[in-house]
Amino acid sequence: MARGHHDVGGLPGAGPIDQSEHPLSDWELLADAVNQALTARGVKRTDEMRRAREEMDAEEYRDMSYYERWIASIETILIEKKILTKEEIDRWLAVFEKKWGEP
Amino acid sequence: MGRTVNEASGKFRPGDRVRVRFEDRQGHIRTPWYVRGKSGWIERVYGDFHNPESLAYGRDGLPTRTLYLVAFNQADVFGAAEAPKDKVLVDIYEHWLDPAA
Repeated sequence: MARGHHDVGGLPGAGPIDQSEHPLSDWELLADAVNQALTARGVKRTDEMRRAREEMDAEEYRDMSYYERWIASIETILIEKKILTKEEIDRWLAVFEKKWGEP
Repeated sequence: MGRTVNEASGKFRPGDRVRVRFEDRQGHIRTPWYVRGKSGWIERVYGDFHNPESLAYGRDGLPTRTLYLVAFNQADVFGAAEAPKDKVLVDIYEHWLDPAA
């Protein structure tokens, strides 16, 4: 398996750490809220979320921002647990995109 | 989730020398790659926790595993350190640790 795409501590070439404060967008706050609500209701665990992010395609993982990865892993776990289907997610995504525009 | 600190649990005590196992296997593993195979010492005993390697797949996390704060000399982990006393501190579960001389 070798080293996972999430497990990069100590690898050369990462550059300096960006320590500036990033103001969060509304969708990022919402992603956090959904995540916390699902954990509080016992729907999923942090460990499952981490595992879902580790199993993502490495290139997709690298291309996504922090909260994009969170959303992707919430989707994966909810589909895995048969709470939502990919089709339902895609259908609602189309509805919201029509209403609010592309994210 | 058994997050109470219980210093009496586990087979290692603060100051014990340990070596992290070098395992390269599938699954959700909390032991970072950069400390696998490295030697350090027990800094603190946290207590017994459900095993994340099992929780990550929706299982019950049992048997629980003792979690430790393990310290390493930074130069032993990364080959160099800005100051000789710099340490790397990592939370590691007992089943990833072997006693070391």
